[in-house]
Amino acid sequence: MYLFQTIKSSLDNLVLQKSRSFLTMLGIIIGVAAVISIMAVGASAQDLLLSQVRSMGTNLIGVLPGAADESGAPAAMFGIEITTLKYEDALALEKLPHIVAVSPYIMGRGTMSYLNNSKDFDYLGVGHDYVNVEETAVEYGRFIRREEVDSLARVAVLGSEVKKELFGDDDPINKRIRVGQVSFKVIGVMEERGVVTFQNQDERIFVPIKTAQKMLIGVNHLAFIRAKVDKEENIALTISQVENTIRFRHNIKDSAKDDFAIRSTDQALDILGTITQALKMFLVMVAAISLLVGGIGIMNIMFVVVNERTREIGLRKALGAKRKDILIQFLIESASMTLIGGLIGVISGVLLALVISISVNYFGYDWQFIVTPVSVFVSTLMAIGVGLIFGIWPANRASKLNPIQALRHE
Amino acid sequence: MLIKIEDLTKDYIDDELVTPALRGVSFEIKQGEFVAVMGSSGSGKSTLMHIIGFLDKLTSGSYFFDGEDASHFDDEKLADIRNKKVGFIFQSYNLLPRISVLDNVLLPTIYANDLNKKEVKEKAIKLLDKVGLSHRMEHRSNQLSGGEQQRVAIVRALINDPRLILADEPTGNLDSKSGQEVMEILQDLNEEGHAILMVTHEKYVAECSRRMLELKDGKVVYDHRVDNRHLAKDGLEK
Repeated sequence: MYLFQTIKSSLDNLVLQKSRSFLTMLGIIIGVAAVISIMAVGASAQDLLLSQVRSMGTNLIGVLPGAADESGAPAAMFGIEITTLKYEDALALEKLPHIVAVSPYIMGRGTMSYLNNSKDFDYLGVGHDYVNVEETAVEYGRFIRREEVDSLARVAVLGSEVKKELFGDDDPINKRIRVGQVSFKVIGVMEERGVVTFQNQDERIFVPIKTAQKMLIGVNHLAFIRAKVDKEENIALTISQVENTIRFRHNIKDSAKDDFAIRSTDQALDILGTITQALKMFLVMVAAISLLVGGIGIMNIMFVVVNERTREIGLRKALGAKRKDILIQFLIESASMTLIGGLIGVISGVLLALVISISVNYFGYDWQFIVTPVSVFVSTLMAIGVGLIFGIWPANRASKLNPIQALRHE
Repeated sequence: MLIKIEDLTKDYIDDELVTPALRGVSFEIKQGEFVAVMGSSGSGKSTLMHIIGFLDKLTSGSYFFDGEDASHFDDEKLADIRNKKVGFIFQSYNLLPRISVLDNVLLPTIYANDLNKKEVKEKAIKLLDKVGLSHRMEHRSNQLSGGEQQRVAIVRALINDPRLILADEPTGNLDSKSGQEVMEILQDLNEEGHAILMVTHEKYVAECSRRMLELKDGKVVYDHRVDNRHLAKDGLEK
């Protein structure tokens, strides 16, 4: 009865002073809405980033030319051309027990033309196993074969966008396109894959790796190698096997002199996950500051309330209320104010996150609307906590009032 | 013996300036007595009532209430005894304006544990009926007249079955008719055996009691039975 009546009377007071209560709660509303929407946006951005990496394929390890510190980025990432990695290195990896598919990579950009249509696109020199490494497939026609890699065949598989640009609705199979000055026979069209690692896979063509090296670029090194491992638990083992294989091939005896670096997608996901998590937490902290400011507003108004109701406090004490009873009454009052503010904040925060996700999706990104029950629960709890913490001082002052003086208060 | 006070003093200390309010007061109140305390302002009658009502602590002397030495009770115990053993009636009623009459009456019960909600509610309704206010039960207290509010306050004072009713100028804010009604109720309660201590500065109100105490400069200067007791139902003479 006591608790119920206290809550009821504090709600009555809130309703009685609508505009004052609303202004008091505004800080909490904004704070909670900010926390909720930032957590939602953060989770969505994190999901987008990770899904970009994940869609490259799971259980992948990459071999990059040039040495790298354990923690730092490989030199190749900074655009420095290192020519130590060769096609034969990729072939050697195929023989390792847990590797199910390997593809070497090299890329360039050129003008592709068919009849009168021409446009600049990226080309990717890859091995025959590329579709297995990246878990993709041809839509129709077929992919590059091993013999075609070895024989420097001039065949090309088109990304779906390239096909659309150059051929429109025509069937491109067995037609010839030009990449720069070199003529290629189209043997297949890739299925649509969209944006992976922030590159549109549909706006490129695929040619045999050696053909790209010799005829399009004029080099004999690789940009990198990707290999698919059969099971997640074999990744660590396979990385060390790959290290040994390449060291042996490059005649390296001291691991400090490695001229290559190995990364796994799981590692990349881990790092990316950690970074985005930290960013998310940082943003939530910033949002939480407005909760703090809101809490000071609550404290301020609670002092006013205590002052206004001094006589009531005196009366309650005269009728037998202990310090604890008065303390609890005012804590409940401030907590119910922040709880209501928190609930309004949750609703506005969710709506805001929804609006953001709708507008980002409108621009073509696969932006999930993610509001976790945890974030709702945590921010509601935070709102109540703010009410309790910032209510303590005024409630404590109320509880210490001398009943005689309080009763005489005008 | 309900109350036994011996050589009670109370000093107010403000910035090392000691102001004595009570300078050695001694008297006893028996079960079922109706005592009026009179005196001009500054005589110490309010201070005396606050100490008897456990709202304030004494400086020296002794105070026995219902056989217990009350001079050294701590705050917790004082709150508890205010809740259960005494009922207050104030000059300005002190009802909470925004809650119903019934909730006002039940206010002291929320600070008392181990009460049966249903029983206590029935009791409140019965008492409100007794003072003729059962039809006003669901009204908010600020919709009531002064006399009605004071009657609600009397019911509130009775709800926890106190050993002593303390009334501080109970008719001070009322017109004579409402004042008469309130005094009638107090006299009825006294007839039923309730002990009442009433502070007033109006002689004709004091003469409704059975015993009059007069305080002057913190001392009892007069303590006598009221020989010619007024009955409030016959009308209060001015």
